[in-house]
Amino acid sequence: MDLTPTPSQTVGPYLHLGLTDTGSVPCIAGKGVKGERVWLTFRVLDGDSVPVPDAMIELWQADSEGNYKGTEGHGNSTVDGSFRGFGRMPTAEDGSCSFETVKPGPVPGPGDTIQAPHINVSIMARGLLKRLSTRAYFAGEPGNASDPVLALIPENRRPTLLAQPDPTRAGGWIFEVRLCGEGETVFFDV
Amino acid sequence: MSSSLQNKGNRLPASVVPFRRHEPGTQPEYLYPAYRATRRRAPSQPLIFLPHTLSEVTGPIFVHSDIHPNDNDLTVQHPGEPLGERIVVSGRVMDGDGRPVSNSLVEIWQANAAGRYAHAKDNHAAPLDPNFTGTGRTLTDANGFYRFVTIKPGAYPWRNHENAWRPAHIHFSLFGPAFVTRLVTQMYFPGDPLFAYDPILQSVPDERTRQRLISKFDLETTKPEWALSYRFNIVLRGREATLFEG
Ligand SMILES: [Fe+3]
Repeated sequence: MDLTPTPSQTVGPYLHLGLTDTGSVPCIAGKGVKGERVWLTFRVLDGDSVPVPDAMIELWQADSEGNYKGTEGHGNSTVDGSFRGFGRMPTAEDGSCSFETVKPGPVPGPGDTIQAPHINVSIMARGLLKRLSTRAYFAGEPGNASDPVLALIPENRRPTLLAQPDPTRAGGWIFEVRLCGEGETVFFDV
Repeated sequence: MSSSLQNKGNRLPASVVPFRRHEPGTQPEYLYPAYRATRRRAPSQPLIFLPHTLSEVTGPIFVHSDIHPNDNDLTVQHPGEPLGERIVVSGRVMDGDGRPVSNSLVEIWQANAAGRYAHAKDNHAAPLDPNFTGTGRTLTDANGFYRFVTIKPGAYPWRNHENAWRPAHIHFSLFGPAFVTRLVTQMYFPGDPLFAYDPILQSVPDERTRQRLISKFDLETTKPEWALSYRFNIVLRGREATLFEG
């Protein structure tokens, strides 16, 4: 039996039908979850700096103590006070979408290292034959300097992985995804 | 590279078994100029190779309460029956070692029998079907099996190039056990004359692996006097050999 993994195909322009019309998860951590509450906004831009209105962002993160969990939430089964670690939203006409969550704690890395707080990001869209993976770190976090994954990236490109504080909202952060060209976001081969 | 993780403070020691990487040619590249939309969306810089950590080998888990009773039968979600050829689509989700991927979320979406999506942005001049949304969701069982009842989707034009038509297909989304096993793909129907003209299917370089996207007609699971049947098995990435470390 051939056990080569099944190839990826694009999510296409009508992803909302199957994935986000009933399966969006804008809240990763309910009101009662402990930790520093953050509102994280993504904005996806293409190679011409034009907002991408038909992308989907999925997030996977540890809780405020740095633990990844099995999560029990999807679609409408949101329970206040529950942490699921998973989020999913389509981008709007301006290329953006937002999530409510708590800032993740540090997570163990390879060897003797500690990974700085980060959120694992998948981007899917028409024109992407397979998903893109990146990570959202938080600008100004002391642990960023010793993060083993940021250390893999040429210094001049590291800023593309830093969410920046949203000047208009306390607890708000903005992460810009540039798919290609000038200021292209670092994407990972996972 | 060591795949073990050090015990920090009172945190339990965790071992990370990485997942296998794809063989060259078995997945599409991001840039495939014949598929026009890739030209403005494919990254131009090489990807950074990421050794797997806890962040990559864990992933969301979905449970039965995430699924509603009619989610796996797309023909009973409205008062009337949808038009078109009723079909059963079933298969097994396995990892790269042939082990079942159990209790794993499978989501599908598709056009109706006329090749039209029930989506505000689809303006193909084909009729909508008030009895068909084209959305399905299920969990694999303990043996990795899933099953949907639906109708056979129609081909549709998509303006990628002169007289471009997508072969009939059903979109599939799967999670598997980890962040890195996430897969979105499309299932095609055997013998479609449009395969050779479709840059999305042709974007998979390896011919043999590309064939894995084409379902097989399956007389055995056909329901007599009621529905034809197609089998679509899906393989997600497997893990590297388990490393035992002290
Ligand atoms: Fe489609």
